[in-house]
Amino acid sequence: MNVLFDNLSLYGNGFLGTIKLFLVAAVGSLILGTVLAGARVSPVPVLRSFGTLYVNTIRNTPLTLVLFFFAFAYPRLEIADVSFFWRACIGLILYTAAFVCEVVRSGVNTVPVGQAEASRALGFTFGQTMTEVVMPQAIRSVVPPLTNVQIALLKNTTIAAGFSVLEAGGIYANLSERGYNVFVGLLWVALGFLVLVLPLTLLQRNLDRRWSTAR
Amino acid sequence: MKKLRILAAGVLAGCLALTACGQSGSPGASAPVVSETAEANVTVAGSPTFDAMKARDGVVVGVKDDQPGLGFKDATTGQYSGFDIEIARLVAAKLGFGADKITYKTVPSAAREDTIARGEVDYYVGTYTINDNRKKLVSFAGPYFVAGQSLLVRADDSTITGKDTLKGKKVCSVTGSTPIQRVREQGLTDQIVEFQTYTQCVDQLLSNQVDAVTTDDAILKGYAAQQPDKLKVVGETFSQEPYGIGLNKDDAALRNKINDILQASYEDGTWQKIYDETLGKSGSPASPPAIQRY
Amino acid sequence: MTAVLYDIPGPKARARNTILGVVGTAVVLAIVGFVIYRFIETGQFEGRLWSWITYVNIQYLLLEALWNTLSAFAVAAVLSLVFGAVFAAGRLSEHAWLSRPSVAIIELFRAVPLLVLIFILFFGVSRGLGIDIPAYWAVVLGLMLYNGSVLAEVFRAGIRALPKGQSEAAYALGMRKTQVMTNVLLPQSLRAMLPTILSQLVVVLKDTALGYIILYPELLYQARFLGSQGQLGAPILQVAMVVAVIYIAMCLILSGLSKLLERRLKRSPKAVGTDPKAMNEAKGDVLASQAQGGGGGAL
Repeated sequence: MNVLFDNLSLYGNGFLGTIKLFLVAAVGSLILGTVLAGARVSPVPVLRSFGTLYVNTIRNTPLTLVLFFFAFAYPRLEIADVSFFWRACIGLILYTAAFVCEVVRSGVNTVPVGQAEASRALGFTFGQTMTEVVMPQAIRSVVPPLTNVQIALLKNTTIAAGFSVLEAGGIYANLSERGYNVFVGLLWVALGFLVLVLPLTLLQRNLDRRWSTAR
Repeated sequence: MKKLRILAAGVLAGCLALTACGQSGSPGASAPVVSETAEANVTVAGSPTFDAMKARDGVVVGVKDDQPGLGFKDATTGQYSGFDIEIARLVAAKLGFGADKITYKTVPSAAREDTIARGEVDYYVGTYTINDNRKKLVSFAGPYFVAGQSLLVRADDSTITGKDTLKGKKVCSVTGSTPIQRVREQGLTDQIVEFQTYTQCVDQLLSNQVDAVTTDDAILKGYAAQQPDKLKVVGETFSQEPYGIGLNKDDAALRNKINDILQASYEDGTWQKIYDETLGKSGSPASPPAIQRY
Repeated sequence: MTAVLYDIPGPKARARNTILGVVGTAVVLAIVGFVIYRFIETGQFEGRLWSWITYVNIQYLLLEALWNTLSAFAVAAVLSLVFGAVFAAGRLSEHAWLSRPSVAIIELFRAVPLLVLIFILFFGVSRGLGIDIPAYWAVVLGLMLYNGSVLAEVFRAGIRALPKGQSEAAYALGMRKTQVMTNVLLPQSLRAMLPTILSQLVVVLKDTALGYIILYPELLYQARFLGSQGQLGAPILQVAMVVAVIYIAMCLILSGLSKLLERRLKRSPKAVGTDPKAMNEAKGDVLASQAQGGGGGAL
């Protein structure tokens, strides 16, 4: 108990950092991932192959290495001075977007073929077919797995602690220096994550139940 | 996909081919400073740790392997060197174990207390600051050195001269370490950068991403000595970090014995010789601290 | 599906696509070229920073690290498969005393971050129970618990996706429940799920990197150590590039294998029709857990 109460501000700031990172990266990865999914099913062959190449490469790269690139290699490109927080966000967005893309793409594939064919028969363009007909239907089957990906993102933010972002993953290092029991400290961190993940899981279950019957 | 696989296989084959040729040795070899001969017939009555050492006829010492000048392992030769290492060797010799009987074990900072308590190492020498919280879990012999928090900056930077000139500057240290917690608490600057190793901080310093690296002066001097044309240590130290040798909490007999060993080395000049040949090379002198027995 | 989203492009659309293609390629090439140019400009390819590769000791160090990574991966992979099969069967059991604990265990280990699991195994078990677990086993067991739980869900989905006739026929032949499970259902679901299982193994491989936190000397740990070698110019970036190539290569080989299997299985006459919706669900599970395969803390 002491570990938590003696270091309340540490835990507070740590989890605040986690939540900030998560919110920014969640929104960013959803947008980029959807755009990427669009590219992967688009009529332009080059866009399709870029999308495929991107997803296959990123999915096979450990996140640590992505973040490492932004922390250590980026400064040498001398483009613009971006804070470590935003660089961590960019790294997380680029990584998570690949998974969001795959989920959205498989969601598109669950919409019956006739839907797209009918909209084409009505003279819709690719953009219209996607935004007006396919996506609104795909969303339903996409949201539950998408929530899973976002939960994974939430856990992943801990890796940013190694790249100069104050967040929950760095709490144990602080505690160890202060001479507290690291093990107990980590159990509190685990509990904190459960508290953050639980609402997301419940939301997912709820949506899943409601939307799978609506079909 | 297929092309990528062929590429991957090619890279792996290249890696393997590389290992077939290469050089051994080191760009900067370092020999042990003090070649103490192992003392014969040492006994430490009532020390379970010492009995365990005797039984396996060897010492396991917990150390750091990435602190130049203090505890450093040369990847090209596998040899350990530095001030902490020399102290560890001295203690081992006086306990009756020659350099060939020592096994070094790298222990991460977060696991020091556990590793000692579990008996995975017989004693730990690695920039281990003595404090009351840690004394609840382990015991300390020494101190064998008193370091203090200081600042490492780029050699051409004249704007930072001490801790009060840090306002608005980016300061880097290891994630969660005591020095960075102090900077945060004293409000020296609000631009705090944290990485997992000091080497990574120094890398950020050299690529102009941060303006200063802060931690114990002993550690910083090791880096400054490596690249004296690019880095320098500035300002007065603004903390007291007495380094101790970490031991099992209940082994008072061994603690007393090691304190005796250290005291003797302070008096006969061995300590001074070790310091001058390792950290002393950075140019700043030091004398042995007073042992705190408890 | 993708092909029905748009009409076959006419001459105008083809021209537009070509232009888009050329511009897109140019942009990507420009970015890659710029990165390489800046690296050369800042001296990242200078001989001194790469000299570490030529030392025999360092080559052995890296090979040993690679071996450590692979051996932890291999053992963890096998154990996860066993763990997954056992708990999937447990969860599908009709006895509540078997299925309920199975559900609890699967859900628990899927929710706790792997890092915390490894820490608990390494530190907690020795303090609480007095059993010392070496770093290697802490990594392997942690990986087994987490990935085994994910795989259990995959197996379960695979079994549920099998046509009902399979188990009905088996029961009709007079097989007992255990026999139906081990002789009929599990082998088939394993087959159907093989590609998905292999992509979960990519996660196992990536997550071995978490061993660094308890000083298990795998690839990423040694990369960090080599970056600290000042006498070699502290080649942080250079070591990272080499290790990145090794990791990506290993993962690509595994992923490639799973794609290959998927294609082959589709052609195989032995494959029974499975329920595509359930299969997709299982794949979604794996995809999400793959997103988590971050490879642990910092380099």
